[in-house]
Amino acid sequence: MKSLLKATAAAAVLVAAGSAASAADVKACFIYVGPVGDFGWSYQHDQGRLDAVEHFGDKLETAFLESVPEGPDAERALERFAREGCNIIFTTSFGYMNQTIKVAKKFPDVKFEHATGYKTADNVATYNSKFHQGRYIIGQIAAKQSKTGVAGYIASFPIPEVVAGINAFLLGAQSVNPDFKLKVVWVNTWFDPGKEADAAKALIDQGVDIITQHTDSTAPLQVAQERGVHGFGQASDMIEFAKDAQYTAIVDDWGPYYIERIQEVLDGNWKSESTWDGIAEGHVVMAPYTNLPDDVVAMAKATEDKIKSGWEPFTGPITKQDGTVAAEDGVTLDDGAILGMNWYVQGVDDKLPQ
Amino acid sequence: MFEAVLLTVITAATPLLIAAIGELVVERSGVLNLGVEGMMIMGAVMGFAVANLTGSGALGIFAAILAGVAMSALFGFLVLNLVANQVATGLALTILGIGFSGLIGEAFIGVPGLKLPQIVIPGLSDIPFFGPVFFRQDAIVYISFALVAAVAYTLFKTRVGLILRAVGDNHGSAHALGYSVIRIRFMAVLFGGACSGLAGAYLSLAYTPQWVENMTAGRGWIALALVVFSSWLPLRVIVGAYLFGAVNVLNLHAQAMEMDIPSQFLSSLPYLATILVLVLISANRRLTLVNTPACLGKSFVPDR
Repeated sequence: MKSLLKATAAAAVLVAAGSAASAADVKACFIYVGPVGDFGWSYQHDQGRLDAVEHFGDKLETAFLESVPEGPDAERALERFAREGCNIIFTTSFGYMNQTIKVAKKFPDVKFEHATGYKTADNVATYNSKFHQGRYIIGQIAAKQSKTGVAGYIASFPIPEVVAGINAFLLGAQSVNPDFKLKVVWVNTWFDPGKEADAAKALIDQGVDIITQHTDSTAPLQVAQERGVHGFGQASDMIEFAKDAQYTAIVDDWGPYYIERIQEVLDGNWKSESTWDGIAEGHVVMAPYTNLPDDVVAMAKATEDKIKSGWEPFTGPITKQDGTVAAEDGVTLDDGAILGMNWYVQGVDDKLPQ
Repeated sequence: MFEAVLLTVITAATPLLIAAIGELVVERSGVLNLGVEGMMIMGAVMGFAVANLTGSGALGIFAAILAGVAMSALFGFLVLNLVANQVATGLALTILGIGFSGLIGEAFIGVPGLKLPQIVIPGLSDIPFFGPVFFRQDAIVYISFALVAAVAYTLFKTRVGLILRAVGDNHGSAHALGYSVIRIRFMAVLFGGACSGLAGAYLSLAYTPQWVENMTAGRGWIALALVVFSSWLPLRVIVGAYLFGAVNVLNLHAQAMEMDIPSQFLSSLPYLATILVLVLISANRRLTLVNTPACLGKSFVPDR
């Protein structure tokens, strides 16, 4: 019932976004998992869309559907876009993966771009950002700043991207303080401000003094501000909500990628690829460092530079939670191992939900 | 520790409690309004907007209540005066609320909100344990308890309550006795709207003081389930709302305490609990029938 309603509401938004044929050369369509007003994940994708609109002007027509539930509803949304003459469709959540592949088979002339997934086809490309690079940096900051030596991580769903985020955060923290601990709370949602806030409160009550999140709303940071602990913004710069609490934020900047891919469709040389860029390419941006002493800022910037020069946070020695070796000293995990990560590093106080 | 958990439970339960108690009155009058989610989100956005523009939490709450009342007036006009289908109209109200609130709220995305102050009750707040938990809350939490007490009293101890229940149980007889069924139901619907609006204000002014689209995240639907869960008895709504809030919050605390229970199971617990209680309630057919408003969801057209 709820998802039906959401889909209906989303359809209403589509009408509002305007689907009348126009003189544009290319039509790019976007499917978002949350509302564009979440000020997090979907908001940043929409900012990327707006960057493209500004860049191409009259040559580009766009449409988007927001709050499209992952699963069968996404398939209907995708088919609708494909029939409406979209030349390229961006599906911006992991849970749209199978639907994207399925619909892409029916519409070989339409280009599909699926964010954060791992299945490709001739007309399906995937793209993602190396958020874990940012998470390594905030892990280092957390270990420097925490008095209790324990951070709390509000996690959404046990998918590789989230697991890699947790691991990168803890590896960063352990590089500063080898005994650093991490408590993980799974909220099983990408977006529910109330639940995210409750999770933050529960973690703080358990002695955590740094909060970080892999969910999309500003609520956890707001709780951090209220309770006098610190945290990090997710997806967008959330400093307005936590002037004293935010140290920095991992900002997703999708604009350059969207512009590049739409240009390729215009030029007729679009190819199915798996793009995975990070801090070096400007797809992951660290928000200004605030509320931090100078030496910690210097450390964070040094790590940023190191990553820009090609270093990867998942470089050994890395030990798994069960004590086995994941990577020997100096060995870097390959992309496949990171994109399919389903194990914790040593020091995570949680059992990975299977 | 326990105190901290309880505080979180209160914040999680309050919006559910307020919205559910309002819907209970509506259903007791024989009207099913599925638009709780839509009225709630309108309350959330209007409460946030007005509090933000005027700097006054009280005005925000007032605006939220008005928004809920306005939405419910639209619903009342359609289903009572024009005899539209209640289920369809309620669903439409939810869709309208979610869309319209997004439109109004666009200017307020990314704007930090204003949090309602705690009202410390002198004397009582110094009682160990109970003081901080129950007597250092914001105004809406106190209102929620007062509301339940007032509704319970009015429904079962006053003439007004008797008339309202009569209208919900047998609109034909109530009409024959000379009561204006439509007018009484309209009042109940407006009361429900006011409560939903207030519940929305709690979300955007106290629970998570910010505006984001869809921030009710399905709480209106849970409130609807709670009314059935309570078998239309006001005091049971408190039990239901707090049980629901508690299971949700305990799930998070259990994880933070590193208890080895799958989080997916814990997340589904409130819903399993609801189903269990529904089964238990409906197993006793006689008791269920006593409390269910017999005319629930049935339209009334005066035959003259």
